[in-house]
Amino acid sequence: MKKILITGNEALAEGAISAGCSFYAGYPITPQNEIPAYMAKRMPQAGGIFIQAESELSAINMVFGAAACGVRAMTSSSSPGISLKQEGISYIAGAQLPAVIINVMRGGPGLGNIWPAQSDYFQATRSGGHGDYHTIVLAPASVQEAYDIISLGFDLADKYRMPAIILADGMLGQMMEPLEVRSRESGVKNIKKPWALTGCRGRKPNIVKSFYMKEGDLEKFNLVLQKKYKSIKEKEQRWEDLYLDDARIILVAYGTMARIAKAALNKLRDKGKKIGLIRPIALWPFPDKIFKRLTVNHKRSTILVIEMSYGQMLEDVKLSLDCKLPVKFLGRAGGGIPAEEEIIKTVSRLIN
Amino acid sequence: MEKIFGITPSLRDLSTHYCPGCGHGIAHRLIAEVVDELGIREKVIGVAPVGCAVIAYDYWDFDCSEAAHGRALAVATAIKRVRPGNIVFTYQGDGDLAAIGGNETLHAANRGENLTVVFINNAIYGMTGGQMAPTTLLGQKTATTPLGRDPSREGWPLKISELLANLPGVKYIERTSLHSPQEILKSKQAIKQAFSNQINNLGFSLVEILSPCPTYWGFSPKDALGWIKDVMVKEFPLGRIK
Repeated sequence: MKKILITGNEALAEGAISAGCSFYAGYPITPQNEIPAYMAKRMPQAGGIFIQAESELSAINMVFGAAACGVRAMTSSSSPGISLKQEGISYIAGAQLPAVIINVMRGGPGLGNIWPAQSDYFQATRSGGHGDYHTIVLAPASVQEAYDIISLGFDLADKYRMPAIILADGMLGQMMEPLEVRSRESGVKNIKKPWALTGCRGRKPNIVKSFYMKEGDLEKFNLVLQKKYKSIKEKEQRWEDLYLDDARIILVAYGTMARIAKAALNKLRDKGKKIGLIRPIALWPFPDKIFKRLTVNHKRSTILVIEMSYGQMLEDVKLSLDCKLPVKFLGRAGGGIPAEEEIIKTVSRLIN
Repeated sequence: MEKIFGITPSLRDLSTHYCPGCGHGIAHRLIAEVVDELGIREKVIGVAPVGCAVIAYDYWDFDCSEAAHGRALAVATAIKRVRPGNIVFTYQGDGDLAAIGGNETLHAANRGENLTVVFINNAIYGMTGGQMAPTTLLGQKTATTPLGRDPSREGWPLKISELLANLPGVKYIERTSLHSPQEILKSKQAIKQAFSNQINNLGFSLVEILSPCPTYWGFSPKDALGWIKDVMVKEFPLGRIK
């Protein structure tokens, strides 16, 4: 199998192309500029369309238009730009269109800085725009996973007709790692989209919309969405866990932070400390199943949530545990990243 | 008996939700007639705006998409790029096209997107209750200019068509009106030209149509037509702009 050395951003872009993405619109913002640059070069080679939009608003609405025509469409940005896209993401959710949005998170609030952060967890998992909607949220932790997870994002977006957000951060976007380029069986052609806008030849007209003016219609539509979300929560939880069997302290981290947590865990395990780890891969739906299991099998364990934020995923962990296990937190943001030594120190304090 | 006139197939036989004397119903029909005369009903994809015409797709009988307020030309850009064989148009009001969507309009035009734009200028926001639009005339009273539009506070009526005409990507711009049967026929001709340009891959074409809003102008339907003829066309002269 062919291996190449590539940045996380480029892996996300190439992963999208290999997943059959044929439309990309974006706007420059650091630290994700390698994605539009890569797409500008590769999309025409792959027979797709690249547009540098005049704004984030325009880019996400172009994605709306392309998705409405039934093609796999994507945009990417970083935190401040993702805030601008929220209007469009709400409309995409409301029109039940499949699309993928990459957020290579940086420090906030406001213009913040260009350093890595995980401060957009709430925005991604709590419907960042208006209305009662959700997006699938997937968080890769390596360059390889960044490449692989885009394909999953498109598959889930198509399956459930909703937006999928890939939540990465500036560190993952910028770092280089070897990537195994997999030849994928492209299932794109087999996905039927009878609702897509193609011109009404031989059928009744299709209308792509999210507007329901008649009394009661919008409530009915919301219940359709809620039913779909319930089924996704049941079927699409994803996580990785390590050494849970004997773990007294269980670290919980996602994305880049999970890589650092894993390094700390290995050092602690080498010293004979009974430490485990849960790495949520899907952030929405949040993998509450594994946490509910802990409340039954690990009644004497302590949970340590570690984030590059001041405690956002922490809330989902607490909700999933229903106050049945003690939950501690270690977090930094604004460019600050909890280091391996800080994690080891915190764990040692908890053990003693 | 031979039937010599009826509702054109692209227009559904429905009563509209528009106020008495509103121009939208006429503009919808003109587009439907042009689509049928050009034989493109099965290829057309319309993009409806946010505003009074938000449910235009209920009245037309062909594929349509909604767009968020002001974003119609971003949505239409992608539809046309993805499906270049289809005929794609946007239908937008003055607030949608010239205020909140000003940037999308400017850049779609500047990219020379091969699209058709039908721009309804009634110098006011109708859907939300008669507020000032970018095209509101000086002195015109609206919900948000109760003393009349004053250029020292609100600036001047925005002539977006004249602005866009400066861009090399723009092929065709014409301003027409709905205030008389003769002007309605000219509007239809202009819409047909704008669609034909797209069929011939000529680039960005826009028809600005001056359209009555008797409800929020505070006139009878008949006087609203008179106001276009006597007042509005002085600020927005009719004819080919590019």
